[in-house]
Amino acid sequence: MENTPEKFKHIKGWGIDADPKNDPTYPMKRRTNEEHKGYSWQRPTQQPIDIEVLHSNERPNVTAVFGESVPPSGLSGMIRRFAFKHSENSYLHWLPLLLADRVNVVEGIVEDFAHGKVPNIFEEKGYVAEWKYNRTSLLTKMAVVAAITAAGVMLLARKNEDDD
Amino acid sequence: MLAMNYRGPKRVRIDEKPMPEIKHPQDAIVRVTRSCICGSDLHLYNGNVPDTRVGSTFGHEFTGIVEEIGSEVTKLKVGDHVLVPFNISCGQCAFCKQELYGNCHESNPEATAVGAIYGYSHTAGGYNGGQAEYVRVPYANVGPTVIPEGMDPDDAVLLTDVVPTGYQAAEMAGIQKGDTVLIFGAGPIGIMAAKCSWLFGAGRVIVLDKEEYRLEFARNYADCEAYNFEEMDDPVLWAKKQTDWMGADVCIDAVGAEAAGNVMQTITGRKLLLQAGSATALHWAINSVKKGGIISIVGVYGPTDNLVPIGNVLNKGLTIRANQASVKRLLPRLIEHVQNGVLNPKGLITHRIPLEEVADGYRMFSGKLDNCIKTVLIPPSARM
Repeated sequence: MENTPEKFKHIKGWGIDADPKNDPTYPMKRRTNEEHKGYSWQRPTQQPIDIEVLHSNERPNVTAVFGESVPPSGLSGMIRRFAFKHSENSYLHWLPLLLADRVNVVEGIVEDFAHGKVPNIFEEKGYVAEWKYNRTSLLTKMAVVAAITAAGVMLLARKNEDDD
Repeated sequence: MLAMNYRGPKRVRIDEKPMPEIKHPQDAIVRVTRSCICGSDLHLYNGNVPDTRVGSTFGHEFTGIVEEIGSEVTKLKVGDHVLVPFNISCGQCAFCKQELYGNCHESNPEATAVGAIYGYSHTAGGYNGGQAEYVRVPYANVGPTVIPEGMDPDDAVLLTDVVPTGYQAAEMAGIQKGDTVLIFGAGPIGIMAAKCSWLFGAGRVIVLDKEEYRLEFARNYADCEAYNFEEMDDPVLWAKKQTDWMGADVCIDAVGAEAAGNVMQTITGRKLLLQAGSATALHWAINSVKKGGIISIVGVYGPTDNLVPIGNVLNKGLTIRANQASVKRLLPRLIEHVQNGVLNPKGLITHRIPLEEVADGYRMFSGKLDNCIKTVLIPPSARM
């Protein structure tokens, strides 16, 4: 229903100081108050929903178009389905999604191996560029990692000797 | 086709992926000629955006040649060379009709708070992005714009995000003639916001960052002052002294979630993910602006919460304006500016590399190696 004086005639003084130009969203928005009519616009043709699409529970449907890059699957998919039972207002939406992303990384490595591909972590992390432009820092990081690993191995070895 | 493939935080590679297909009558398939790595891609790259799925292709800044169109596409034809705004918008919903093209309600099923963006996680709609040889472009009657004859493709690709976002940052700041504009961040967006602040009549434009090479770049490109906040005891106190103890008239946050400069924000926001990124720049903006001033936010944050001094927003009577750039709304004016030589977008590009070297491109941009400001990826077919 339109926001007309008729609708609010029971409220004394309704709208007497309204100034349509006083809009904090200016200049981003060309105010036409379309949204006052609710979810009533003529929707574009619906893209066929031939994959699983998780949609926010803050809307009633899947949007007319949607991305189909990576449908939910596996354990991460189960976690994502749980997340989408909760609104965007809830940590129970966002935190499980972050967890699912981390689980998905492990799934990705398993998937690589299943397809006979060994991930080249050195290349994937862009260490070729790091080697070319920031060699000292890269060597320092590698030395630190090697030292920590060596220290850890020595500690474990000593603990095993003590246990024996 | 070749496409960037996200494998986990700080791990990407180039892979063979299936060709995109027409999924909707208003779709087009575009053969990419240029794509960029954006500062906001680093939030994805670092694993900070929820619902970033392994196997995704990033890239929301790209140009390309139309290879195929759906049955309802009337405004493009095969062979057109187009620049594609980073927001996917239907043009029919209540928000698009009011030119809020970054807030379309018919393109992102996964989140109502976020518009759809190419290659920007399922939180932004789950679309594959343009760091590939080919990409599916929905609502092809609405977003894609034919690149004007004579325009350099390097200028065109920066009109898809960097230029409109920098321009809208200045526009939202409500700059009045003579205003002092304080911009946090000397990345491509911050530098472009500095350049555009002059177009709105700024009297003084100051950029803060911690990377000397970026500050030098900003000084030369945007004719602004640029200072290293690491050389200041307290950037907010410094800003007050610079403005006769009043505070800047407007502040622009052009950094977002990856901000450095505050240990507590860095640990809780970037390392532990206890907040939606580090809000250091926004914190400083709120405290550096004058009473009754305006803060414009174009730096990207995650969807949860951030620690900022909201009490000061109230007590100082501040106005905060923020949005993803409405690229389609701004394009006609910005194309004019480029054609008239008012803006020189391609001057921001420091690196042009083959698409196949995308992993190195991300590393260089994120590590700020080799004085990197802006990286453009060029697919094999565009190098012939």
